[in-house]
Amino acid sequence: MTDQTALFEYLLRLGDNTLVLGHRVSEWCGHAPVLEEDIALANTALDLIGQTQMWLGLAGEVEGSGRSADDLAMHRDVWDFRNLLLVEQPNGDFGQTLMRQCLFDAFHLELLTDLTRASDDRIAAIAAKALKEVTYHLDRSSETVIGLGDGTEESHRRMQAALDLLWPYVGEMFTPDAVDDAMLAAGIAPDLKALRARFDTRIDAILTEATLTKPDSTYAQSGGKTGFRHSEHLGHMLTQMQWLQRAYPGAAW
Amino acid sequence: MYAQMVQSEATAEDPEKLAAFQARIDAGEKIEPKDWMPEGYRKTLIRQIGQHAHSEIVGQLPEGNWITRAPTLERKAILLAKVQDEAGHGLYLYCAAETLGVSRDELTEMLLDGRMKYSSIFNYPTLTWADMGAVGWLVDGAAIMNQVPLQRTSYGPYSRAMIRICKEESFHQRQGYSIMMKMAQGTPVQKKMAQDALNRFWYPSLMMFGPSDKDSVHSAQSMKWKIKMNTNDDLRQKFVDQTVPQAEFLGLTVPDETLRWNEDKGGYDFAEPDWSEFFDVIQGNGPCNTERLAARNKAWDDGAWVREGLMAHAAKKRAAKLAAE
Amino acid sequence: MSQEWPLWEVFIRGQHGLNHRHVGSLHAPDAEMAIKNARDVYTRRNEGVSIWVVEAQHITASSPSDKGPLYEPSESKVYRHPTFFDIPDEAGHM
Repeated sequence: MTDQTALFEYLLRLGDNTLVLGHRVSEWCGHAPVLEEDIALANTALDLIGQTQMWLGLAGEVEGSGRSADDLAMHRDVWDFRNLLLVEQPNGDFGQTLMRQCLFDAFHLELLTDLTRASDDRIAAIAAKALKEVTYHLDRSSETVIGLGDGTEESHRRMQAALDLLWPYVGEMFTPDAVDDAMLAAGIAPDLKALRARFDTRIDAILTEATLTKPDSTYAQSGGKTGFRHSEHLGHMLTQMQWLQRAYPGAAW
Repeated sequence: MYAQMVQSEATAEDPEKLAAFQARIDAGEKIEPKDWMPEGYRKTLIRQIGQHAHSEIVGQLPEGNWITRAPTLERKAILLAKVQDEAGHGLYLYCAAETLGVSRDELTEMLLDGRMKYSSIFNYPTLTWADMGAVGWLVDGAAIMNQVPLQRTSYGPYSRAMIRICKEESFHQRQGYSIMMKMAQGTPVQKKMAQDALNRFWYPSLMMFGPSDKDSVHSAQSMKWKIKMNTNDDLRQKFVDQTVPQAEFLGLTVPDETLRWNEDKGGYDFAEPDWSEFFDVIQGNGPCNTERLAARNKAWDDGAWVREGLMAHAAKKRAAKLAAE
Repeated sequence: MSQEWPLWEVFIRGQHGLNHRHVGSLHAPDAEMAIKNARDVYTRRNEGVSIWVVEAQHITASSPSDKGPLYEPSESKVYRHPTFFDIPDEAGHM
């Protein structure tokens, strides 16, 4: 793999994570448990969509074939997506959405922190902007996970179920492959093992305060960030997201 | 409008107090929550602000319907920001209503069980992307006609909410028109889509102002109290006069063969919407009434455990803090 | 109906160092969440750099019937305003 190819792949991972998660979170608009949460979720989604424009924009630039962020978002099929399996999981109930958010935010925050020191200035600049947004995302999602974990019997039960359901998707974030290794060697991406340790410290503290029990299993689903095997959910999401561009090729919107 | 057919309450109170109250309003003073006010004024306002707030919240649904299908990342962000604003506007208005002694939960329950209404317009489906253009351009355009004068309404909290809303709304109609421009200048199919959206939303938009109320006692009372600033007919005329040239600029045809410029009155003559359809929609028989209320009920019911959970956690935190002191 | 989240009043200080100003209200289970909700609801357009929240029930308001005794006495203290004093132009800017 050339460095250029690895860099392109890596940027797709960053951009597809925010694209897919932003899309998922935007599905809540108009349906949240209370107005204040509805508005807050939309803010998170808007941040993620903005980050997507930057990451995929840069990916297109690096690729050099003239593809824009929109081209990459709207004209690739499932096997071309490089997002983590975690972020394409369906929203489920509000607790499941917030648990997914919290797990991703904790990873995302640590990742972006390291990326602000990337040897590539363009990446460092995007990471610096995104880091501020994501710091707040984690602040909010962790506080909500804690509140609901510690809340009523029912909210506790639902949050534990969400954690059990989503935990197998945590491992993929920290399992390095050739792309990660190439980016580490290029001074761009962080060492995922060190990242995992920081993630664990954060998540353990949150789960303890939330009175939730981290599952024993270390089994990790994989196939999202490599694009080898996504879940069935992603395809359905794409049929919605890409529908207009696919149905009316060549039209400007 | 967002608050259609709000009946003002009759008031049977001390005539002296009533006269003093009316004098304050006539002098342009704002009425504030702790001030004395006639019971009819209070009740009418609760109904009107509540209905306005409900319309914002239910109004999230037809546009929310397209967030996940927006054609570009930028359009998705703009639409999401816009629909999020509607939630914000609902929130500001509920807060204004709460100063009159009703809680947001009470108002919500009244929406969900059908005791309170929301604007008829949101019971129409959004079928194509062009509908996002038409809704922004026509529906928000009609809403702004009503909301700008309401900034001067006599009730302080309502007036302040409207000022904030108008400030935020200024981009809503423009984003809708920008979608329409793109479509009208696009491929033949896109242009057809834009015309189709205009065809479907024209008359429902005219209905937003409600039936003629020039002889209505209720409207007269509300106007005297400055909680209604213009007659329905005046606003509708203003809307048509403003919108027709915008349609012409797009190269689209307003679906009204009787539409003519009337030099004498300095405005357009136009066909009235089918008012029997309007009353059907208000009665619950619009194309989407069932879905809209079902969606709001589901969000409320599904969210109960979240609201309760966070509340229970807050109580535990308070107790722990007290114990530590 | 379960217990409703309490109502909070929100005060925001904008970019230019002016006082915190009342901008509206919202619901939240506790003060921490009220601050976060205020951030999400009332600073979407870059409106603020500092937020105060106070539970609405803890606000004590003056009574409208006291309007006369509370505020009218200050109307006659015209000498508190700079325009009360005539200063000749020759004295320069003051």
